[in-house]
Amino acid sequence: MAKPRLLQGNRAIALGALDAGCDFFAGYPITPSTEIAEILAAELPKRDGRFIQMEDEIASLGAVIGASIAGSKAMTATSGPGFSLMQENLGYAYMTEIPCVLVNVMRGGPSTGLPTLPAQGDVMQARWGTHGDHQAIVLCPSGVLECYEITVRAFNLSEKYRMPVIVLADEVVAHMREVVTLPDEIEVFDREVPDVPYEWYKPYDEDPSGVAPLAAFGTGYRFHITGLTHDRKGFSTAKPEEIEECIRRITDKVEKHRRDIIEVERYYLKDADVAVIAYGITARSALAAVRQARDEGYRAGMVKLKTIWPFPDKLLSKAAEKTPVFVVPELNTGQVVLRVARLVLCADEVVPINRFDGQLITPEAILDVIKGHAKKRRAPRKKPGKAKKKATKK
Amino acid sequence: MDIRFSGFGGQGIIKCGLITGKALSLFDGKNATLTQSIGPEARGSACSSQLVISSDRVLYPYIVAPEVLVCMSQESYERYEPDLRDGGLLLVDEDLVRNAKPRGKTKMYSIPATRIAEELGNKIVMNLVMLGFFTAITEVVSTGAMKKALPGLVPSRSLELNEEAFDRGYEFGREALAGSEKSEEALV
Repeated sequence: MAKPRLLQGNRAIALGALDAGCDFFAGYPITPSTEIAEILAAELPKRDGRFIQMEDEIASLGAVIGASIAGSKAMTATSGPGFSLMQENLGYAYMTEIPCVLVNVMRGGPSTGLPTLPAQGDVMQARWGTHGDHQAIVLCPSGVLECYEITVRAFNLSEKYRMPVIVLADEVVAHMREVVTLPDEIEVFDREVPDVPYEWYKPYDEDPSGVAPLAAFGTGYRFHITGLTHDRKGFSTAKPEEIEECIRRITDKVEKHRRDIIEVERYYLKDADVAVIAYGITARSALAAVRQARDEGYRAGMVKLKTIWPFPDKLLSKAAEKTPVFVVPELNTGQVVLRVARLVLCADEVVPINRFDGQLITPEAILDVIKGHAKKRRAPRKKPGKAKKKATKK
Repeated sequence: MDIRFSGFGGQGIIKCGLITGKALSLFDGKNATLTQSIGPEARGSACSSQLVISSDRVLYPYIVAPEVLVCMSQESYERYEPDLRDGGLLLVDEDLVRNAKPRGKTKMYSIPATRIAEELGNKIVMNLVMLGFFTAITEVVSTGAMKKALPGLVPSRSLELNEEAFDRGYEFGREALAGSEKSEEALV
């Protein structure tokens, strides 16, 4: 059995990466993600891995993509300003289907913003920061153990679906220290590699899984990689049917595997009058508030999003059939709340709680909103109108 | 229970939280969650580390009104003292915080931590002097646990000096407690 340890979130991310098989890191250290680079700079060389401090974040992700094409499990870590610079290469990795892991420890923004204070302002950037149609996988830890688990998962999903996966942490979770016991064993997924003769290999071939095997450069397979829309062999194409196939492939592999990718935690949803939807550090305040509300006799429930993108659309629209009020606390002016509002059309109300002053949303602030909307258990529960329910059901 | 260590960057404020957090959570069987607040500067800016201690899992990691406040700079005293809970404990380095005084039911204990560290030969261990003092006054963590927490958090070549600094602070704290009990008796 592993021993309990007092670990920082950033260290847990670094350890998760190492345990998942990360053997390459290129980055440009930036608060509040710096410890990840520091730890991997010390640890990777000991394990025959490589660490490169690059000249900037554009080059960092470039190096990571290159390392991955050569067969490495590669990662970079940054914060808002660096994440902005990485968007171009991020799109390149989506398009060329190169697995890699990006950690963005969110700080206040825009621009240099608040280097040492928390925010959750990059949720939409993580989804739509790079141009063009694509699907993103974005995971969000809310504690130190989750930093470890989610980083392992990010590598696994990235290898499985041949695409970049983003770990979207926040300053508090990344700098916080808690006692954790890391698991003795974890599941590690390595990308499929081709076993066909060299001349038959097509890097973007049709595959029942939706993901073609990826040969590492230098293993004898020769293939072409371009950011241009490409055919199955990897050469640029302008044929409408090939263009469509290319875009479908990079979006379908996420869309068709939502069940595998989406991970949420549900709390007391069954009879909830009010459901809080939260992620990252805010989910801790939310859970404290929901537990307190239950203790005081209010029917509060909660969904913690460990996967933000793809968004758990079905779960929420289903929850809205029973739950009339949704509360969405976020350390931004309102990002996830927009998605929630779109999904829960049959709910009576969607209440945002926003804070963007570098401070956290307290459990008390969430509890006040819950109390304002939930009924005490003794009171008869108002049922949402039947007609309304049917009208929005598909 | 909520504790805040505060001072300026470079004094070992975060380390105070780390050592106490490690001692409590690994050796005293408590749940401790640690956060830090720092300015964008590397040294000299206001700095604090917060410790939330509970027998259950800690959900909300920030503190609002701490029961214990340790101040190692004037700025931190002025900034954080108003938040100290009524009836809380205020611990200050008496050479670095001027005009500190208790308010309402708060109790104040002071120690020349930096001066004691200088006497020991290196003022860098002033945070350990303060931690020894903190351990004696607050009794929230055992000395055994604190000593056990040191290896790995202080450089091994200076472990002895750090332990000595801790002991000096602890003794100072015991004496201060005995002294304040006596003066309370005198009042009665």
